[in-house]
Amino acid sequence: MNELGLWAIPIAVLGGAIRVSTPFLFVSLGEVLTERSGRINLGLEGTLVIGAMVGYAVAYLSGSPWLGVLAAAAAGSAFGLIHGLICSLPRVNDIAIGIAMMILGTGLAFYFGKPFVQPVAPDLPSIPLGWWSSIPQVEAALNVNVLFLIGAAAAFALWWMFKTTRIGLVIRVVGDSTDAARAMGLRPAVVRTLATMAGGAFAGVGGAYLSLFYPGSWNEGISSGQGLMAVALVIFARWNPVACFGAALLFGGAGALGPSLQSVGISQGYHLFFTAPYVLTLGVLIATSSTTRAMTGAPGELSITK
Amino acid sequence: MTDQSVSQGSLASARVALLAPVARRAEAVVLPIAALLAGFLVFSLFLLIQGKSPTDFFYLVYRAGFGTAFSWQNTLSRTAPLLFAALCVALPARLGLVVIGGEGAIVLGGVATGALGAAMLGSSGIVALPLMALAGAVVGAAWIGAVGAMRYFRGVNETIASLLMAYIAISIMNHLVEGPLRDPSNPNKPSTLSLTDELRIGDIPGWDVHWGLAAGLICCVLTWVLIERTTWGFAARITGGNIRAAQVQGLPVGWLILGFTALGGAFAGLAGFFEVTAVHGSANSSLAAGFGYTGILIAFLARHNALAIIPVAILLAGFEASSGLIQRRMDLPDATMLVLQGFVFIAILLSDTFYGRFKAFAPERWSTSP
Repeated sequence: MNELGLWAIPIAVLGGAIRVSTPFLFVSLGEVLTERSGRINLGLEGTLVIGAMVGYAVAYLSGSPWLGVLAAAAAGSAFGLIHGLICSLPRVNDIAIGIAMMILGTGLAFYFGKPFVQPVAPDLPSIPLGWWSSIPQVEAALNVNVLFLIGAAAAFALWWMFKTTRIGLVIRVVGDSTDAARAMGLRPAVVRTLATMAGGAFAGVGGAYLSLFYPGSWNEGISSGQGLMAVALVIFARWNPVACFGAALLFGGAGALGPSLQSVGISQGYHLFFTAPYVLTLGVLIATSSTTRAMTGAPGELSITK
Repeated sequence: MTDQSVSQGSLASARVALLAPVARRAEAVVLPIAALLAGFLVFSLFLLIQGKSPTDFFYLVYRAGFGTAFSWQNTLSRTAPLLFAALCVALPARLGLVVIGGEGAIVLGGVATGALGAAMLGSSGIVALPLMALAGAVVGAAWIGAVGAMRYFRGVNETIASLLMAYIAISIMNHLVEGPLRDPSNPNKPSTLSLTDELRIGDIPGWDVHWGLAAGLICCVLTWVLIERTTWGFAARITGGNIRAAQVQGLPVGWLILGFTALGGAFAGLAGFFEVTAVHGSANSSLAAGFGYTGILIAFLARHNALAIIPVAILLAGFEASSGLIQRRMDLPDATMLVLQGFVFIAILLSDTFYGRFKAFAPERWSTSP
């Protein structure tokens, strides 16, 4: 560490960006899917926490981290289903339901997760892409988890899906105009509910990554707003899955700043460095929002941009 | 024959005239109570599935929250910050804004109070306490007012922005309390300097409840008057109903948004002031106790009516007061109340879909019945 000096900080930030960005990536991909269908699910923060708890518990009980990831995806889609069904009723506010799901999700996760705070569950495997380097910090930074690669692939797959497939077109039409979708014989409420379910599954996997790889344990402070920041990140990425990938890396880097400085012994004011991702999110929201013009790329039926 | 039918008709219309206003108002009372009960029912099923008794649960809530004079005082002491936190949600909500980051204003309001108190340790309470209250309120107002400003000037979504700012506020508090403002002589929890008795708020005479409750009740009544009985409140309600119509009418929408968010934030800051001066005696991480989040549920249950906030806040304070006893007696985790809040919250939002569906609440549709 000493021989690297301050170079340790950018290396740690890079490695941190890869490590910290994965939950951002999964939650934002899920949110893109949901928002493209014309609904916003603010409850993904709760889904992330429930995914972390379920993933950890199942991985511990079964001994298989991948079973944990699957269970987290199932729990996430169950939460998405509840959100989707409730929002299909007339005059129900999707933003407020998201807040309620956030409270219910964290509540249930803490309630059922209490017995799993102590036990140690198996970790998800990672791929040592830094084998060529003799510097341990570089090796550690490039120790990339399989879920990160899956998430990156999913970003491009979603982009392709929206662009060229029939499902993608259906979701986009429903998101842009309920009337046009009805005229085409589609059922907007059903499409939106399914999109919210799929989005919830993504967020659940993001949660499993938190508890099964980094930080790699289950406790009540596992998520501090990552799910919420990922929702804001979708606005920044203009509802484009590939842009979400880049934005997630950027936010991951900001999130890694605090721990990186701590690792080289800078602890003065580290609480303030921990605010970096929140401040960045807020700054990005201020810079990209507008009162006068509609946002480019925004789905027409989305309540936050209407 | 004709005479009789006329007299019958006039009798019926007199009854309609008497009942119609009651029926119209009843909807806003009956539906939230029904939703609350539905939330309790779902929570009871949740307990039953795990072999726990819902009757035990609600009996313990009654005993620890409302059963004795002691439990009432415990409940009412916890009510004060919830009243302020709920006002911080309800005021912007009347303009159609969903601001959920009151926790941030509570925390920073408390830190401002603690910091100013630490700087004025020698001075008399009559001078220092109003200044400390002002500091808490101003910091809270600036914090939530900034959310309103971002919304009005840049169109930033206020829900996301306010929650992000709550996380930032808690980090700032941790930084200040563990760093520049830390009391070096206190080896335990990082805190600001302990306030002397002179700089602390006492109890209402004859009660074991601090003055924050009285202040909170007064603020609820004043807010109700502001919203329901003044032209500003009228303008705000129009803006909340249809912002474009309000702009076309020339209403000062920008000032309303800034004013209402700042006022809500000032109330949340006062919650922090009372937590520091009446409960903790210094600013520390206990300020982030989640009052801001419980306040969201209270405001929604009260349908953002400042007077209705009072009974709802007392009810939820009673639940929180009983939390410890329930954990010990029923062997339930501390997150039990959060689960209950989640179920009730979803039920109350679901009930939005039933407004206008029941004929009993819509007098204009009574005559069409055969």
